[in-house]
Amino acid sequence: MKTNWFTSSGNWILDRFPLTKLWNDHMAHYYAPKNFNFWYFFGSLALLVLVNQFVTGILLTMNYKPDAKLAFDSVEYIMRDVHWGWLIRYMHSTGASAFFIVIYLHMFRGLMYGSFKQPRELVWIFGMLLFVALMAEAFMGYLLPWGQMSYWGAQVIISLFSAIPVIGDELSLWVRGDYVVSDATLNRFFAFHVISVPLVLVMLVFLHIVALHEVGSNNPDGIDIKKYKNEQGVPLDGIPFHPYYTVKDIAGVGVFLIFFATVIFYMPEMGGYFLEHANFIPADPLKTPEHIAPVWYFTPFYAILRAIPDKFAGVIGMGGAIVVLFLLPWLDRNPVRSIRYRGGIYKKALLMFAISFLVLGYLGTQPATPSATIVARIFTAIYFGFFLLMPIYTRWEKTKPVPTRTTEHHSIDEQLPALLEEITELKPATSEIDHGVFRSSFFSRRPSPTGIRHVLTRFAKKLVESLD
Amino acid sequence: MKNFLTLSLLLLSLAANASESVKLDDADIDLADKISLLRGAKHFVTNCLGCHSIKHIRYLRIAKDMEVDEKMILNDIAPLGAGIYDQIHSAMNKHDAEKWFGTQPPDLSLIARSRGADWLYSYLKSYYIDPKRPFGVNNMIFQDTAMPNPFWKLQGEQQAVTRKTIYGDHTELEIEEPGTLSEKEFDIMVNDLVNFLVYVGEPVQLERRQMGKYVLLFLLIFFVVGYLLKKEYWKDIH
Repeated sequence: MKTNWFTSSGNWILDRFPLTKLWNDHMAHYYAPKNFNFWYFFGSLALLVLVNQFVTGILLTMNYKPDAKLAFDSVEYIMRDVHWGWLIRYMHSTGASAFFIVIYLHMFRGLMYGSFKQPRELVWIFGMLLFVALMAEAFMGYLLPWGQMSYWGAQVIISLFSAIPVIGDELSLWVRGDYVVSDATLNRFFAFHVISVPLVLVMLVFLHIVALHEVGSNNPDGIDIKKYKNEQGVPLDGIPFHPYYTVKDIAGVGVFLIFFATVIFYMPEMGGYFLEHANFIPADPLKTPEHIAPVWYFTPFYAILRAIPDKFAGVIGMGGAIVVLFLLPWLDRNPVRSIRYRGGIYKKALLMFAISFLVLGYLGTQPATPSATIVARIFTAIYFGFFLLMPIYTRWEKTKPVPTRTTEHHSIDEQLPALLEEITELKPATSEIDHGVFRSSFFSRRPSPTGIRHVLTRFAKKLVESLD
Repeated sequence: MKNFLTLSLLLLSLAANASESVKLDDADIDLADKISLLRGAKHFVTNCLGCHSIKHIRYLRIAKDMEVDEKMILNDIAPLGAGIYDQIHSAMNKHDAEKWFGTQPPDLSLIARSRGADWLYSYLKSYYIDPKRPFGVNNMIFQDTAMPNPFWKLQGEQQAVTRKTIYGDHTELEIEEPGTLSEKEFDIMVNDLVNFLVYVGEPVQLERRQMGKYVLLFLLIFFVVGYLLKKEYWKDIH
């Protein structure tokens, strides 16, 4: 074949830049375990949401005004007068919440399958740094619409710095650039939100992925696939990331986007959780809202802050709730990674942790009544108990034997047809109901109460059994 | 385990009864009802625009969204002298407003998004005579509101009547002096007004719901193709 202009210029680049090597190292010859399940979609989805936030964020800055007098109105200008501005703004605001949903699920996957354990401690540390950077990004971004909740949320959180002894007041003054949250604060938060923190995020994503690809991905069985290789040195249980996981992730992206678009087009406020009602009132430094609640993704930590009676201790507690996550690789003394082969005590502890996280998250959205505070204290104790007692209870664990090769489990889409068959029953068609085009004219499937009951009891039994 | 779950449920239920709120009436919001929205716009200009702006919307936008002629909006709805590209601003001077009411009447562009339609609907209907207040009226939904009752002529004047029942004291509003509108006519009027304010809160919402169908349809097809592609690629992996 004659080399045309296109190929020769391609070769010119390849002679000077290791594009092929990069592609092969990270995509085509990066071998990922073949048994990834549902929980393994969220890494690539986080990347998708990050790109979404960058693209929509850049478009928003073209019409947004970081000025205390103009900010609120400029957001409404985007919502009403800028072509497609509403869509871009909703994609960005929904994207922020989606980011945390995806990241929390991604982190929970790590807790379930022991992805933070040796040799992936650094992957976990970079991931945790990403989480902290993401929280900073979200917190500063939330000030920008300059609504009442933006303003008072920032006011409350920044004032936490003043609880630090000796330097506290000076520090919070330094962060705000003023004695109250003001134009100076808005401008610096804008600078951090659109330049500094995004740069940090991109660099950390790079480090997270480089560290991951050095040691290889973990999997739901928590085994090391590199122990068994064929003659070419390819792991027997590994498959190339591209094309196998790229196509799989495309299907996952489809499902994610269906949820994402449903929120954007039908419930952008998400009942006041994604866009808080009070944030549609312009910031007013003279009117404190009755009830200040941060956005849902901060509420578990906010509930911990409020649960602790002393302000400074509360700040330590809130920070500690994140710091303990960093220490996870060294708190867990059990060498078995996957929850599938771990002892009942870890499974129960993880369940309690998940419940405490959800309950604290709910309580953080509610006013702090005395009874709510007691509940928050109990669940704060459970939250910290999960981590701080880990060195003890993980030693008692009676683990199950870990297989040497990956095991086969049916995926959701494979189980679905059988499940549907079980929870429905075949009934002769009655003329009055069956005009449907897609229905058989002789029989139709109806939900069957006994079938549903069977499935539910089996599921419950399995759940209880799996806790031992 | 079971004990733990029971305990947490118990504690949650304790935490749940945190705040009690006044029962709100349901507003009947139908943004597809363009006639209602136009009536609401007219009511707004007649009764509210004296004090309140809705500066985030222009007359032109209303004409476009309601699919009526721009001239009709100017003639029938906008106050005299307004231009079609104008934002809907109140003519009230803010210094005067502070002198008269003690506070500036807020812009109502986003009031439906911050308060909710039911709240607005109930609020506007819940004024009652209270000689202790500067304007002689108070409100059941928003105690000690700075706003006088804009509808005292239309709705009439209401009195708060407290009766003893076996369930405890029960306060109800009763019309003392009938207004020019019947109760039903008044309800429809307030509902039109709230409907309009809900539209003003987010003019794009009708369009966005329309568009959502096509986006979701596309994504569904995208998913099916993606899923089949995955099946095809993965058929040799066991």
